[in-house]
Amino acid sequence: MSNAGNSQPNSAPAIHAEQLCRHYRMGETVIRAVDGVTLEVRAGEFVALLGSSGSGKSSVLNLIAGLDRPTSGSVIVHDRNLARLSREELARYRLRTVGMVFQSFNLIPSMTLAENVELPMRFAEIERGKRDSLAREALTRVGLQSRMNHRPSELSGGEQQRAALARALINRPELLLADEPTGNLDSHTGTEIMNMIREFNRQLGMTVVLVTHERALAEHYAQRLIFLADGKLIGDEASSAFVATAGTERERR
Amino acid sequence: MKLPDLAELAVRNLRESLLRNSLTTIGISVGVASLVAMLSLGIGLQQLASRRLMKSGLFDTVVVTSRRDLRNFNRDQEAGGPAPGESRILDEATRQEIEHMPNVLEAYPDIRFITELRYEDKPHLTMVAALPSSAQSTDAFDALQGHFFSSETAPEVVIQKTFAEELLGKTPKSGLDETNVAALAAPLLGKELTMRYAQREAAPPAASYVGSDKANASSDQGLAGAAYSVVSRELKFKIVGVADLDPESMRGPTRARVFLPLKLAESLHVMQPTDLREVSRAPGDQPVYSSVNVRVKGPGQVQAVEDAIKKMGFNTFSILDASRSIQQFFKVLDVFLGIFGSLALAVAFIGIVNTLVMAILERRREIGIMKAIGASDGDVKRLFFAEAGAMGILGGIVGVALGWAIGQVINLGTNVYLKRQSFPPEHFWSVPWWLVAFAVLFSFLVSLAAGLYPAGRAARLDPVQALRYE
Ligand SMILES: Nc1ncnc2c1ncn2[C@@H]1O[C@H](COP(=O)(O)OP(=O)(O)OP(=O)(O)O)[C@@H](O)[C@H]1O
Ligand SMILES: [Mg+2]
Repeated sequence: MSNAGNSQPNSAPAIHAEQLCRHYRMGETVIRAVDGVTLEVRAGEFVALLGSSGSGKSSVLNLIAGLDRPTSGSVIVHDRNLARLSREELARYRLRTVGMVFQSFNLIPSMTLAENVELPMRFAEIERGKRDSLAREALTRVGLQSRMNHRPSELSGGEQQRAALARALINRPELLLADEPTGNLDSHTGTEIMNMIREFNRQLGMTVVLVTHERALAEHYAQRLIFLADGKLIGDEASSAFVATAGTERERR
Repeated sequence: MKLPDLAELAVRNLRESLLRNSLTTIGISVGVASLVAMLSLGIGLQQLASRRLMKSGLFDTVVVTSRRDLRNFNRDQEAGGPAPGESRILDEATRQEIEHMPNVLEAYPDIRFITELRYEDKPHLTMVAALPSSAQSTDAFDALQGHFFSSETAPEVVIQKTFAEELLGKTPKSGLDETNVAALAAPLLGKELTMRYAQREAAPPAASYVGSDKANASSDQGLAGAAYSVVSRELKFKIVGVADLDPESMRGPTRARVFLPLKLAESLHVMQPTDLREVSRAPGDQPVYSSVNVRVKGPGQVQAVEDAIKKMGFNTFSILDASRSIQQFFKVLDVFLGIFGSLALAVAFIGIVNTLVMAILERRREIGIMKAIGASDGDVKRLFFAEAGAMGILGGIVGVALGWAIGQVINLGTNVYLKRQSFPPEHFWSVPWWLVAFAVLFSFLVSLAAGLYPAGRAARLDPVQALRYE
């Protein structure tokens, strides 16, 4: 679509991390989960964070999401330095600016899909009538309109992740942060989810940061790959496969 | 989050772990119930006691006497008081002055005298006292046979049961109080009594009592230099009532066994003991009283009225001090009962804290999710508060109902017992509306207080940690 990330390579950075550190103190030893990471993500870009287990991918993502605070360094998202925000402001930032999906879906088991999707709108104090129609619309978009009143336990993994996507997008965030969203899914269902994420990136111009350890998946969907090891950034390169895919899709239109 | 959403989420969360939350709510109800039960017992007993005491007419009455009378007995004590010449006489003008004081319902002279009453031509010597019509509402005449005076001037008497026995020639049974007043009254009601009494009559200024044809005065009365004469008179009365009243009791005029209407008694101008002493100072024809009974609107005003009358230079007496210590006793009783009731609520308090802390542990992940999708610390805190508050309100309502039911059962049981002991039933259990409102509100506030710590803990939960593990 018009404002797809790769069509505006020089747009302002959506995310700017500078010497970002997150250290955990475990008694005498200090675990450097994130250790001086500097990176930039442009608005509308689709970036993948790659690295082996324990390399600090989730830690970086949580810092960008405002779920955690850096030990040192800064994360600036759309000109807001997250390190300087109060807890209250950080909650608002998560509510308005960020949508998250997780490997383990993280739907609330006691609530139906509709209620789960609606929950962020309750925190945003959107009135009930509007909430109902927006939740229905969002679930329809991910193909779950017939499962609205089911609880998560009654759904397959792929369906749950689709519902989680619907919830992540319900407040129209600028950032979609996905932590191994396909980790618990078979490859076919995983592809389905990844295609949806790409659609959101392209159609809504949403900036996407995808955490994964599957290089092939990252290359297929992301425009840029960032590599982490032991909390440090060890590589930042454009995706070779992505261009081709984008190109072929573009040619199809 | 908006309040309706908050309430809805709280209720649905409570329903999720129904058993645990129901048990906690029952705990609160039991606490509230015991609090309500204890307090309503205290309130009920107090109401019962004050109903009884108020009805006795003792606690809103001030007895006024002249200091001149007392001086004869307590010369030393009164030495610092006003000189005999300054102290005032308790006369009709004073009575009216007192009656017009604020918060005073009525002030009536205490008229009593010993005289002879003839019944079927046999003389009986006894104390006679006058009663205002307001006396019939006191409990002294609760078990009155026949009726009270038809008017304040009717030539009617109410007699006391021992006098009735005397008239009928029965010897009063000592020991058990089993006199059947109804049986005593039956032959006497409507019968006639003739009272012979000495009337005090103002003499014409110039006339000498010696020349008075009806004069019956003794020589020492004459020597007092009075400008009045004493005339012997007779009056017929109809017996309209027989009172089941202990003549030695504080209730009703002490020791009198025959009662007359007040206005009538006043009009008789019966010679009274004070007449002898005050006569030299009594201005003109004004009646002088040995004591005046003052009825005050309520026990709360007794002190003020007493003080005001003392300032006028009279002695006063009331049983207020006794009532004050009774009130104090009930305050202490209420506090103790309240403490016992609150103990149960304290246990419920710990129950709420426990339940909510358990809920936090159980719902760690859920809290993490809510924070990840944008819930603020305040949202999480309010949600836990709402859950605690909902349990509190529900527990409070159920508890009040339970406490009320317990009270009814105890009331019923006690009344069955009282009936068996042939006492009249009593309503000593009272759950006033303010107590219902107070109990529910108190339960709500206690539950919120119990939610304080868990809610704070839930709000501070680190979402990253909460979401980290399955
Ligand atoms: N709360 C914590 N306390 C101590 N160490 C932590 C904590 N959270 C993360 N770590 C450590 O920080 C490092 C980075 O963890 P992180 O979860 O970011 O890795 P990851 O790249 O997401 O790994 P995975 O692919 O397995 O999810 C790990 O060594 C982890 O043990
Ligand atoms: Mg991870």
